[in-house]
Amino acid sequence: MSRTRTPVVAGWFTGDGEDFRLLGTRCSACRSVFFPREDTHCRNPGCRDGELEEVPLSRRGRVWSYTDSRYRPPSPYVTDPELPWEPYALIAVELESERIVVLGQAVPGVTVADLAVGMEVEVVPGVLSEDAETTWTTWQWRPTGVAG
Amino acid sequence: MTAEVAVLGAGMHPWGKWGRAFVEYGVAAARAALADAGLDWRDVGAVVGADTVRGGYPGYVAGATFAKALGWQGARVTSVYAACASGAQAIDAARARILAGLTDVALVVGADAAPKGFFRPAGGDRPDDPDWLRFRVLGATNPTYFGLYARRRMAVHGDTPEDFAQVKVKNAAMGALNPYARYRKRVTAEEVAASAVVADPLRLLDICATSDGGAALVLSSVEFARRHGAAKPVRIRAVSTVTPRYPSTVLDLPDIATDSAVAVDPPDEPFRASLARAAYEEAGIGPEDLSLAEVYDLSTALELQWYEDLGLCGGGEGAKLLREGATAPGGRIPVNTSGGLASFGEAVPAQAIAQVCELTWQLRGQAGERQIPHARVGVTANQGLFGHGSAVIAVR
Repeated sequence: MSRTRTPVVAGWFTGDGEDFRLLGTRCSACRSVFFPREDTHCRNPGCRDGELEEVPLSRRGRVWSYTDSRYRPPSPYVTDPELPWEPYALIAVELESERIVVLGQAVPGVTVADLAVGMEVEVVPGVLSEDAETTWTTWQWRPTGVAG
Repeated sequence: MTAEVAVLGAGMHPWGKWGRAFVEYGVAAARAALADAGLDWRDVGAVVGADTVRGGYPGYVAGATFAKALGWQGARVTSVYAACASGAQAIDAARARILAGLTDVALVVGADAAPKGFFRPAGGDRPDDPDWLRFRVLGATNPTYFGLYARRRMAVHGDTPEDFAQVKVKNAAMGALNPYARYRKRVTAEEVAASAVVADPLRLLDICATSDGGAALVLSSVEFARRHGAAKPVRIRAVSTVTPRYPSTVLDLPDIATDSAVAVDPPDEPFRASLARAAYEEAGIGPEDLSLAEVYDLSTALELQWYEDLGLCGGGEGAKLLREGATAPGGRIPVNTSGGLASFGEAVPAQAIAQVCELTWQLRGQAGERQIPHARVGVTANQGLFGHGSAVIAVR
């Protein structure tokens, strides 16, 4: 039986391969950008009138900082307790044109030893976890120097 | 004239992993604070509880829970939640009642019974809750955020893991002298370096544990204190609980991203520094007036960040200040004379109250072996989830 591919959160990213993008929203009045998306009100306290429109975020950014999870995170993070824990890296990425820092997991195989603050990374589609019916998809950061 | 309230009593239940109900710790701390104040519980006009999210419904109504356990006596009751700053907001709520003339004497209580392992969000499927989302989508525990901040300091300021370890060494030495601390053993830099990495670059001994504990304060008007015979009580001169300002550009728990600064430039000072500045302004003092500081060392690296945010040194100079010994006992501005979170572990709603207990004992000259000579002015600093934080200034 084939699994359904479902985003872990609806509306936060879209597309495949080179067209994969994080999705935020932008205020039509003050041009503030929001990720995770704001869909009701602009959070700039000096702005009251804008409509929020969906906008794809930049594909590439630079590492603001990074770390990893050496121990299994608790629920609601989904892991298989039968399998030994495999640490993964977390990267906070600064997107220059949006002037925002977005956290994400690194692609599998990239460890903290491969990373440096200021390094260029790009957003790529990834798999967070799988169960019997569903492949839960997410975004991941990959150093641009690493071949896909 | 700065408006002040008196600290008539301070009390704590020792921190640990006792495995009992939070109410028990809070009541023990409250009774100790009342005894310290020389007051009967029935003299208290208002009780303010700092909420625990881990005690079920009794924890969400902590003020009433403590009042019932102490024996219903008709006091005005308030419960507050502000994550790690809950205790400071409880102090602020009590202070506001006293300064408004609504209450002469208020009891502030916070207590927690922490679970084993990582803190985790409340149960259920809640995709509209940012705290739930960061665990579900990223598995981002609190220590991973501490790891991000520590790595950033290493890259931007040149801090080293050895610097971070020295914070633990300093705080553990003070905690060893504190009967209320959970960890009362000195720690060496080698022991820090030999502990397991939890969230690179931070190791187990760089990161604060989660603990059971309780802390309480009896506050009153300065006029009541005088009538009560406390001629020169410790006084709280400022309580800062300001929010961040948009756009907040430092990635903060439990968020997955910062605000965008594309439309509005970031404020001149980041959130933590604004917490301190608001307290300094309210108290009419500056960092040069301080005798000591209690800061929220959720990790060793975060303590260095607080040095800068409190204005104890310039930006990026935190590790230098530590290396010079300025923040150790005998230094220019001793920090975390209690032993800090490094020695206590975090009992969330009690922790900001415990910080003020330490200031109270230091300013009275009752801190025993860890006493800082001639302590006159102290500040606490604290930050929690969801944009909460606090700074309290006490004087004598």
